[in-house]
Amino acid sequence: MPLLSVLLWLPVLGGAFLLMTGSDRRAGYVRWGALAISLATFLFSLPLWTGFDTGRGGMQFVEELPWITAFDIRYSLGVDGIAMPLILLTTFCTVLVVIAGWEVIDRRVASYMGAFLILEGLMNGVFAARDAFLFYVLWEAQLIPMFLIIGIWGGPRRIYATIKFFLYTFLGSVFMLVALLYLQQKAGSFQIEQMYGIGLPLDVQKIIFLAFLVAFAVKIPMWPVHTWLPDAHVEAPTGGSVILAAIMLKMGGYGFLRFSLPITPEGSHALSEFMIVLSLVAVVYIGFVALVQKDMKKLIAYSSIAHMGFVTLGTFAVFRIMDNGFGAGATMAVSGAMVQMISHGLVSAALFLCVGVLYDRMHSREIADYGGVVNTMPVFAAFMMLFAMANSGLPGTSGFVGEFMVILASMRAGFWIALLAATTMVLGAAFTLWMYKRVIFGEVANEKVAALKDLNRRELVFLTALAVPVLLLGVWPAPLLEVINPAVDLLLQQIAPHKTALVMLP
Amino acid sequence: MNPSVILPELILLTVTFVVLMVSACTRDSGARISMWLSQLGLIAALLAVAAQIGAGGGVWFDGLFVNDPLSIVLKLTILLLSLMVLVYSRAYLSARGILRGEYLALLLFAVQGTMIMASAHHLLSIYLGLELLSLSLYAMVAMQRDSKAASEAAAKYFVLGAIASGMLLYGMSIIYGVTGTLAVDRIAGVLAGGEVPLVLSLFGTVFMVAGVAFKLGAAPFHMWLPDVYHGAPTAVTLFLGTVPKLAAYAMAVRILADALGGLAQDWNAVIVVLALLSVAVGNVIAIAQSNIKRMLAYSAISHIGYLLLGVAAGNSAGFAGALFYMIVYALMSAGAFGMVVLMGADGTERDALDDFRGLSARSPYYALLMLVLMFSMAGVPPFAGFWAKWFVLREVVGAGLPWVAVTAVVFSVIGAYYYLRVVRLMYFDEGEGEPVSPGAGEHWTLSLNTAAVLALGLVPGSLMLVCLAALGA
Repeated sequence: MPLLSVLLWLPVLGGAFLLMTGSDRRAGYVRWGALAISLATFLFSLPLWTGFDTGRGGMQFVEELPWITAFDIRYSLGVDGIAMPLILLTTFCTVLVVIAGWEVIDRRVASYMGAFLILEGLMNGVFAARDAFLFYVLWEAQLIPMFLIIGIWGGPRRIYATIKFFLYTFLGSVFMLVALLYLQQKAGSFQIEQMYGIGLPLDVQKIIFLAFLVAFAVKIPMWPVHTWLPDAHVEAPTGGSVILAAIMLKMGGYGFLRFSLPITPEGSHALSEFMIVLSLVAVVYIGFVALVQKDMKKLIAYSSIAHMGFVTLGTFAVFRIMDNGFGAGATMAVSGAMVQMISHGLVSAALFLCVGVLYDRMHSREIADYGGVVNTMPVFAAFMMLFAMANSGLPGTSGFVGEFMVILASMRAGFWIALLAATTMVLGAAFTLWMYKRVIFGEVANEKVAALKDLNRRELVFLTALAVPVLLLGVWPAPLLEVINPAVDLLLQQIAPHKTALVMLP
Repeated sequence: MNPSVILPELILLTVTFVVLMVSACTRDSGARISMWLSQLGLIAALLAVAAQIGAGGGVWFDGLFVNDPLSIVLKLTILLLSLMVLVYSRAYLSARGILRGEYLALLLFAVQGTMIMASAHHLLSIYLGLELLSLSLYAMVAMQRDSKAASEAAAKYFVLGAIASGMLLYGMSIIYGVTGTLAVDRIAGVLAGGEVPLVLSLFGTVFMVAGVAFKLGAAPFHMWLPDVYHGAPTAVTLFLGTVPKLAAYAMAVRILADALGGLAQDWNAVIVVLALLSVAVGNVIAIAQSNIKRMLAYSAISHIGYLLLGVAAGNSAGFAGALFYMIVYALMSAGAFGMVVLMGADGTERDALDDFRGLSARSPYYALLMLVLMFSMAGVPPFAGFWAKWFVLREVVGAGLPWVAVTAVVFSVIGAYYYLRVVRLMYFDEGEGEPVSPGAGEHWTLSLNTAAVLALGLVPGSLMLVCLAALGA
């Protein structure tokens, strides 16, 4: 069975079907339909994991059909160890989003569920695309559902936030469009893998790297083009924040690994110091910014930026590590970045859902409006404790593994890099736990808090569903690393040999 | 000579005269008959053109008239769009009392003009077709004679159009003086011979480029466009914004590629400037508009800019990209103006942007269609507008002008803002008003029109192949 096509088209067509047949009067039908489609998609994504050959780093589950024959653009799909976990994360999170929006969304239910399902299909496609323009079409197309999700179901400043989100991302990606068109002229193919190692001169590589950088840096987002993210997160409905944080940010990191590094290895190498500096700014400076936030969602949004700083740090520290001659450390840096992406996907999704749980009851995200929640919602407090710990990188949770790998690897890139990166252990703990303390502990702050009810069954389901993988990855990350490492090794082989041979070429 | 060569034109001409006779002999009841006749005539002409596919083209009437793949593609599109325009505008026109035989006859004459331009292979026939088209359009714009805005628009259009024709004629006369011929292929031959004064032929070229830019509405020759689009009855704007654009494209190909192809090195720098100026002016000024017709007029200017990028590439693949762009743009423009026409079909003009406020609550289906059209115009995949931009950008990058492409895409981001604003008004804002309730014909035409925009976005390949084949690329 063409598994990846199913993962792309089942949610898209299912979502479109719900959009057309559903209405607010038939909300029950829409909800159960959306749950069925998202669950089915999740189940279809499991064979990717079970049938994955961990012995090799190349593309698996490959599908290929002609699409636009005039220009040899192909409908070609495939996953390697970098893409596959991200697809699983996508299908998993979409199920949670459907459950999380169950009763909360009572207006335009069909559009809501339809938009998320279509979005899921497009995101799966982004991670599976092997043709540059199949990738680009899907990458851009998902702006439309996200634009509507934030704009229709968002908070008071939703219009400003969603237009900012759209224009920022759109501006980023048009540079990639021109870069890809240019690369096609040089490589003679739109297949991404054909664009690897075509020996572009260093100056051209730098320009192309910068074009990609604009696209991916906005998406991931890196300091200083991160400003759309806090706005978008604060205004988005809970489901939108979850998808945004858990999946869409990862596309930036994925883009670096799939496009920037292998297509422009020398360009990436030449600019890696610059990237490391930007990443460290994100980790340290944004960590401080997170500390002073009064809005819980904004705080988690800034914490996401800081965590994504680790992803870019791991990705670009690789060049320094290879220069210093530590081969194994290079793999660890990139694998650490990957683990960090997966872990952050789970943890940030969980934290946004936790805020959603509180927001649905109190209609406030201000930390100051809370206090002593543990007295009325003990079960919730326990779950949030776990996720807060994971967010601050406590050993035993998934948050620790990625951060630790990146810090350990960056030690080989340079002592000061590692030292600055390690401040996240302090800062992350500070902003997360301080928020946790102010919201959860202490005396019951007001009557509203006193009247809070603990988790209902639906909320218990999705928080448990997230708690399990967070702990599992924390204590036993080996299965994930087994999948990731071969792909990372292959990637490093692709970028390493060019290091010495960059002087000549016309 | 084989009369089937001009069978579509003959059919159209016959129908036009019949419509004129019917409207002269009947009172108000004649309008309905004329409407049916016009539609039947367009369908018959469409079939006649379709029958010419693969029949082997050729040059006829002493080189005045050519039948080639390009003319067939253009004519098919022109006739199809004219048919759609008629369906969209029936209710709008009759609510305003301008659905008369004269209007339909003028429209058919205009279509005839575009058909002649599509097949013109001689500067004389280009000019004849252009004047037939333009004179009909001036009258159509002024059709709503109690509307001050329409009269003003018509006067502006006429004066500026006359200037443009004058420039074009002047350029043609210089080229004639230099080469001693008006036939497109012979001009190219003489220019290729190289025994002509270069300065004079460039002088003529510049005037002809200016004339073409005027008719296309490229900046800085765009001044007439917003006023005319805004002032004309929306149904006329709908026609103006779609069918004549294809004719202007035909004129650009025949003059720039077929006749002056040898001077491509010289004119393409001019075209690059026109293209970038149009993209900048159109996209930036559109942001400030509060009337959707004006907004779409500025958007038209920017789209012409992107189209000219394909022309600027200077090779046949570039012209194919421009053709693809033109066809896709005409479809999107037909849908968007069609939507504005439908909103005003009951006789009340609803062409302010604010009239779209809260449309998704009142008429979710039509709001969705408009959303597709707006995102497509903004160039967001998976809609056809993306591939249109993609195609011309590809040719521009291929021609070694990546920085031109970068400039153009940056302006497309600025442009996205005002398309998003329409979506925002429809989906995120609350508003009061009547739901859109068109008849079955309009409903299906708009649905199919939008479906085509989506379908061409998902599988653009075959139309791209057709465009490439039409230009022999």
